Amino acid sequence: MPGLSAGVLEGDPRALARVLTLLENGDDLGLQVMDRLFPHTGNAWITGITGPPGGGKSTLVNELIRHYRSQRLRVAVIAIDPSSPITGGATLGDRIRMTEWHDDAGVFIRSMASRRFGGGLAQNTLAVAHAFDAAGFDHILIETVGTGQDEVAIASLALTTVLVQVPGTGDGVQTLKAGSLEIGDILVVTKADRPEANELARDLRRLKTLVFDPHELAEGWQQPVVKTSALSGEGITELATAIANHRAWLQESGEIETRRIAIASTEISSRVESALRARMLDFRDNRNGDLHRLVEDVVSRRLAAHRAAERILHELR
Amino acid sequence: MSNQRPIRVLVAKPGLDGHDRGAKVLVRAFRDAGFEVIYTGLFQTPEMIATAALQEDVDVVGLSILSGAHMSLFPPIMQALKAVGRDDALVIAGGTIPEEDIPAILALGVAQVFGPGTPLQVATAYIRDHAPQRDDTV
Repeated sequence: MPGLSAGVLEGDPRALARVLTLLENGDDLGLQVMDRLFPHTGNAWITGITGPPGGGKSTLVNELIRHYRSQRLRVAVIAIDPSSPITGGATLGDRIRMTEWHDDAGVFIRSMASRRFGGGLAQNTLAVAHAFDAAGFDHILIETVGTGQDEVAIASLALTTVLVQVPGTGDGVQTLKAGSLEIGDILVVTKADRPEANELARDLRRLKTLVFDPHELAEGWQQPVVKTSALSGEGITELATAIANHRAWLQESGEIETRRIAIASTEISSRVESALRARMLDFRDNRNGDLHRLVEDVVSRRLAAHRAAERILHELR
Repeated sequence: MSNQRPIRVLVAKPGLDGHDRGAKVLVRAFRDAGFEVIYTGLFQTPEMIATAALQEDVDVVGLSILSGAHMSLFPPIMQALKAVGRDDALVIAGGTIPEEDIPAILALGVAQVFGPGTPLQVATAYIRDHAPQRDDTV
């Protein structure tokens, strides 16, 4: 185990890959390794890339890798794809857009299956990011599962969230809707070579002028809208600049502390929730008789469901 | 806990043949068998396959080849896997591989060769039975 953590800190890719597996699986050994790695974290910049399936997230990630590598910065990618709700299996196909970095030791790409965690993420995404952080990667790019209107979890673990929108998928009213659009620190219109791209970029830009108080416009972070095209290479430098500007703004405004506090709180409560969930499953499996009696009482209306839940919670303490 | 985790399989198409229907059928079958399948697409060099096997920490590497170049591609693939310390992965191969080449391929360290017409269940069952139980130390 000291061998594993030392290996990660020394940049051994074999040890790192192994630790990522242990962390992904929530293995006890992985958590012991994390005890040694955690003091070495907090240096990497974590950027989340989210948006609809086929929206161009992986291609965008590949172009960001190119940009950061041209500055000799080390880049780690966590690429998440969905697990089957039926078999638990998964096709992890984001790497296919990033094969050109196979002989570059400054790039490490790891695919994760969501394992039905929900919200567009895998359960131990942040633990995996910590390991990359400890291993000295400058940038960690987290590509979420293809998302829709309501998956916002990435914003509670990334320092910068990039939201991808695809032209030709709805009229301007879509840009007024609550949800994902609100959590993007940067909005990207991919496939900018398509004719509808200008229209979408205009609608997204116009969105921020639809406010009651004109002072609101002058305060805080101004969510930029960047058009990118992998065909022409348009917009990648602009996007990297927008990420750098957001980072600088967080640091200069002091908002970075707020964000780091929010991320740490989310990680802690998420771990508590999953531990409680595991205990509940354990209760179901090992004390099936007790559970069954409570269920019968609820079905026969002798006991209200919320009181039955209360009794189980008491037992889980 | 680690016993219940899904088996991770890399499906790789080495070399220059552009026929990926077979590989896609395998990806689908492995996914439906409950495996986590990493698919890296066409035209993979031995080094690309080794890097993916290393970074993804897969249990199994499945090579699909229809070009007839298996005798020239498999030795450098096995060497590349060894070079990155991933010769502990279970390597299996499938595609248009003549019977007479199989002994030489097995001698390279490929665990099993599945010829044309192999039922998908045979390949998935083989992986389930033979995927290495990897201990959690390096």
